[in-house]
Amino acid sequence: MSEKDQRARDLRMYFTGFAAAVTLTALSFLTAILQPFGPVGLFATLGVLAIAQVIVHFRFFLHIDLSRQKREDLQLILFTVLIIAIMVAGTVWVLGSLMTRMM
Amino acid sequence: MTASSSCSSSHPGLNLGAAHGQAHEDAEPVMFGFWIFLMSDLVTFAMFFAVYATSLQATAGGPGNADIVDVTSIALQTGALLVSSLLFGIATVAMKHGSAARTVILWLLASLALGLCFLGLELRDFIVAAEKGAVPMRSGYLSAFWALVGLHGLHVAVGSVMICVLCAQIAIFGFASDVKTRLLRLGLYWHFLDIIWIGIFSIVFLPGLLT
Repeated sequence: MSEKDQRARDLRMYFTGFAAAVTLTALSFLTAILQPFGPVGLFATLGVLAIAQVIVHFRFFLHIDLSRQKREDLQLILFTVLIIAIMVAGTVWVLGSLMTRMM
Repeated sequence: MTASSSCSSSHPGLNLGAAHGQAHEDAEPVMFGFWIFLMSDLVTFAMFFAVYATSLQATAGGPGNADIVDVTSIALQTGALLVSSLLFGIATVAMKHGSAARTVILWLLASLALGLCFLGLELRDFIVAAEKGAVPMRSGYLSAFWALVGLHGLHVAVGSVMICVLCAQIAIFGFASDVKTRLLRLGLYWHFLDIIWIGIFSIVFLPGLLT
């Protein structure tokens, strides 16, 4: 592959990511402004769109993929996500429960 | 593409490739180390999000989320950060493929300009909020709000300073191998701040529009 092709391929990665990110962001804002689904539906839609956009950013801007060379980086991300899930879910659960008992 | 160059894609962010010699060899360990820092920073942000989520009701009769969200400003801030990230990506691609130092610096300054637009809009929102009495001392909720959004803004401010520093280093030292890997690490940092911002607009700002 020539140098020029390689450069075009690298740039295409960023532009693809940018287009996907803009689309997902626009969908999030439209859902929040128009509110077609009610409160629970809004939170669910925003959650799904946010996770999709986080994956797009990791894939196209930070170049994390499933290849063997990126395995350690992916494991680091997934372990961090596990730690975060335990700490955040634990905090929200414990303090949320405390709040309802104090009401 | 040869087998060796496909194996050379070995760390997060843009990979320089074997043609960059020393800089490419140095990149893998320092990029992995920086990646560990970013992931620990992600844990810090996650705890600020958790505190925010648990303080949603703690408004003590003061302004809540819906009172301080300016959706136009948030949309502009989101756009500024996204375009800034794209421009930074273009700057690193230009460096990888041998563009002149001047070209790379111009892309970086364009990226910096949008980062500063973001900070300006955020600062304006903070001032408007403070004028409405939504200061951090008002309630637990507002403390959590200012801490979370402010922490992200502080990161963007630090990143902006670092872009200036890197531009100066490129101008003075040219593309020395450690300057190249520093620019790659700053790229990771800049793209990473976008990911935090997705969480902020999805969890903090957009739910505030709920009627």
